[in-house]
Amino acid sequence: MMKRIGLLTSDTKMMTVSIWREEENDGRFEDYEVPARENQTVLDVVAYVQQHIDPTLSYRFACRVGMCGSCAMMVNGAPRWTCRTHVSKVVTDERLEVGPLRNLPVIKDLATDMDPFFEKWVAAEAVFHPSATRDDPMAAITPDDPMRIAASEAIECINCAVCYAACDVVENNPDYFGPAALNRAWSLVNDSRDAGQDARLAAVGSNGGCHNCHSQQGCVQYCPNELNPTLSIAGLKRETTKAMFRWSR
Amino acid sequence: MLDIRLYMAQRLSALIMVPLVIGHIAVMIYAVQGGLTVDEILSRTQGSFAWFLFYGSFVVAVSVHGAIGLRVISFEWLGLKGRSLTILSWIVFAGLLGLGGRAVFAVTSAGGGL
Repeated sequence: MMKRIGLLTSDTKMMTVSIWREEENDGRFEDYEVPARENQTVLDVVAYVQQHIDPTLSYRFACRVGMCGSCAMMVNGAPRWTCRTHVSKVVTDERLEVGPLRNLPVIKDLATDMDPFFEKWVAAEAVFHPSATRDDPMAAITPDDPMRIAASEAIECINCAVCYAACDVVENNPDYFGPAALNRAWSLVNDSRDAGQDARLAAVGSNGGCHNCHSQQGCVQYCPNELNPTLSIAGLKRETTKAMFRWSR
Repeated sequence: MLDIRLYMAQRLSALIMVPLVIGHIAVMIYAVQGGLTVDEILSRTQGSFAWFLFYGSFVVAVSVHGAIGLRVISFEWLGLKGRSLTILSWIVFAGLLGLGGRAVFAVTSAGGGL
């Protein structure tokens, strides 16, 4: 079914966008004709469809500047942060296909249920356990501290779940915590203020933990902030191995 | 699916296998180069505790390594889980151990084995 708005001039160049429409587990791609503007993001296109063609289209966004991690979707089969993805960079044969993030249940259309994603952060102990109170002095951590440097490499995650959607292990293993949760756990392993290291290493060494990673690096390929969760997971494998020999003594 | 115990068992068995694989290939090349007959080979291996240890540990390491590897593939690709996955893993382990152990026994036992 082709839907088109009548307010455009006849010489406006158009393009077709296929958008996944789903309600109550009944889903299919639907085609919409939208202006092919020289400079527009995938999120702009989705917003155009919702604002001018079909107001019932559901999707999620907030900041529009690549900070909040809300607007990730599958774009022509690859997970992308749609607010920072230019259509011209990803469009193929004048076609654009936008779907909900892979590996997550769909609530409606392009909006996925992020609960499983964040529940796994908690399961991986990717949660800060304070070792001091607000009455204690600030912890002094120098910028050249090796642990601080290791944490810095993993710290710019915006929780967009692009890596989670890119991961084939997540697809095949529903228990697997996924790259984002384990990357966050790794940044906390390197946080000298944290008091929950034993519980964290036990969690990331459990059934859904870091040892399920096949190092395929889909997460590295698609992370919009160019983080390296595979490297973080390798760090966790190393630390859990060391901890196992410590615990067995 | 893979916790640290299974992960370590698979890595440690790989670690054991590395020198054994190299040794095994070296022995094969040596035997072929020199034109050793079956009788000549068996006369050196039968009754040898060293060869029993070499190939015995090889078979144990292969059984552990292969069973865990097939366990992962069966889980991710065939969707096996829970008890059926555990049973399959043990069957693979026991099968490899049984077949390999039988061969080791035949080649290294003093009386010629089976």
